[in-house]
Amino acid sequence: MSLSVHIRKKMGNFQLCADLEHSGGITGILGASGCGKSMTLKCIAGIEKPDEGQILLNGRILFDSEKKINLRPQERRVGYLFQNYALFPNMTVEQNVLCGLCREKDRQQRRRKMLEAVEVMELTEQRKLYPHQLSGGQQQRAALARMLVSEPELLLLDEPFSALDAYLREQMQTQVRRILEQFGKDVLLVSHSRDEVYYLCGHLAVMDHGNILTMGDTKDIFADPGSRTAAILTGCKNLASARKTGEYEVEVPEWGIRLKTGKQVGDSVCGVGIRAHYFNPKTRENQFPVVYSVSRDEPFESRILFRYAGQSEASPDLWWRIPKERKPQQMPEKLGIAPGNVFLLYPERQYFAPCMIHAHS
Amino acid sequence: MDWYPLWNSLRIAAFSCIIVFFIGIFAAYYVAKLPRAVKGILDVVFTLPMVLPPTVCGYFLLVLLGPKRPLGMFLSRWGIQFAMTWYGGIAASAVVAFPLMYRTARGAFESFDSALAYSGQTLGLSNTYIFWRIRMPACRQGILAGMVLAFARALGEYGATSMLIGYVPGRTATISTTVYQLWRTNNDAEAFRWVMVNIAISAVILLIVNMLESRNRKAGGV
Repeated sequence: MSLSVHIRKKMGNFQLCADLEHSGGITGILGASGCGKSMTLKCIAGIEKPDEGQILLNGRILFDSEKKINLRPQERRVGYLFQNYALFPNMTVEQNVLCGLCREKDRQQRRRKMLEAVEVMELTEQRKLYPHQLSGGQQQRAALARMLVSEPELLLLDEPFSALDAYLREQMQTQVRRILEQFGKDVLLVSHSRDEVYYLCGHLAVMDHGNILTMGDTKDIFADPGSRTAAILTGCKNLASARKTGEYEVEVPEWGIRLKTGKQVGDSVCGVGIRAHYFNPKTRENQFPVVYSVSRDEPFESRILFRYAGQSEASPDLWWRIPKERKPQQMPEKLGIAPGNVFLLYPERQYFAPCMIHAHS
Repeated sequence: MDWYPLWNSLRIAAFSCIIVFFIGIFAAYYVAKLPRAVKGILDVVFTLPMVLPPTVCGYFLLVLLGPKRPLGMFLSRWGIQFAMTWYGGIAASAVVAFPLMYRTARGAFESFDSALAYSGQTLGLSNTYIFWRIRMPACRQGILAGMVLAFARALGEYGATSMLIGYVPGRTATISTTVYQLWRTNNDAEAFRWVMVNIAISAVILLIVNMLESRNRKAGGV
């Protein structure tokens, strides 16, 4: 199972430059809205046409600008789950699912497969209902059923949970994860939610301004985002520019401190990032005096804003998050960070070759 | 009372409505997909019959289809003559009613959620199926509204019709030309009777449409 995408597309001032290799399982594409994630999926599905490049799925050419191949969406065998599920409003759940079986010629087979899918998705009782009579979760399951019965080789999920409220979202994430594992399909999932991709995706690509910045194992990227954008997207709250002062040391002028690092510092280091959870009053290393500004209580955590004693005025407050039961009675005068928890950030580079869109024009 | 004008008006309106339905939807579907500059120009051309006085439309039709004009002469070889025949009224009403159908259908197509069409494509449905079974039902209300407007306009057409087919009792007379003719000849009572007939037809059409709409809503369509 493999997908290889190397495409370029220009739209006004925006330039999409997507290079993706996917070798099975669930790959997430994490990025802010408008970064080109959905456009990438649309190009793979054949809804949008890239200016140039190549898309290969399991050895089949879906698109190749040089060979002038551009398969119609009907011929690509790629399933697409839209953000709003795009269920046909004039058809019942049953009819919607039957639409996914339009390639199946045998009437009885079609009916049997439809009933099976509806049962798997726990929609047997709702199968005569119209989409607007369903709850958000049922709509999503109906759309999944319709997509899965068409037996695509690759599933594209475009922000699949963003239309659901928080409670239902977590339930559906659990369900969808089970369904996807059960069907064993290759999946590309686009999201701006780090929780979602962390829970669902084994692999992760971080996208910004039409470029793929990093690609790799989800856990690795969360453990070491490597660039400013990836750090922000994976939820790192405290960022500042920095420069190298030793093999395992950087200076952070904005915060007025020098930090020891767990990893060897590269010459091109340009910043550091520290997750809000990683400050610890008991850690001896990287311990510096702090001044507290505000604290905000959330249901189970406290978010405390503070500044380093020598911090420059222009630089924003830092965040410290701590579970409520561990919040100390007396606020500590100093906070430390384990060197291994200091992210080193490097200039943003592209994962593959840089954009070549105008190279031969 | 001679009922010929009623029958004639109804068949002219019905035929032109059918013609305008297909041409209007076809034009609207393709224009909605065009780049903005071309769209603007075609939009003006297609909407012109709505803002021009119907007599001007009638004039153009005569220039095009008149018995001494090239196209008119060409068609008359097969015995087809639009001037002074009842089916000439279809041409006149269709031209005047076309913009109403075109504009309402285009509005409906433009507000259609294209994700529905795209997801249909990825499921393997043919574009024809998507058009007739997904796009059209989703735009049903706009298209139905366009058809009603087109039918009503065709039924009430006077200017272009009188230019192209005139008024020949029992041959080209429609309700609207009959009302005018009766009024002109001081037959006030008869004219009033036709006016009432016209109002009755319009009211019935609107009632039918309202019923269709509420039935569709009950059936679960959006």
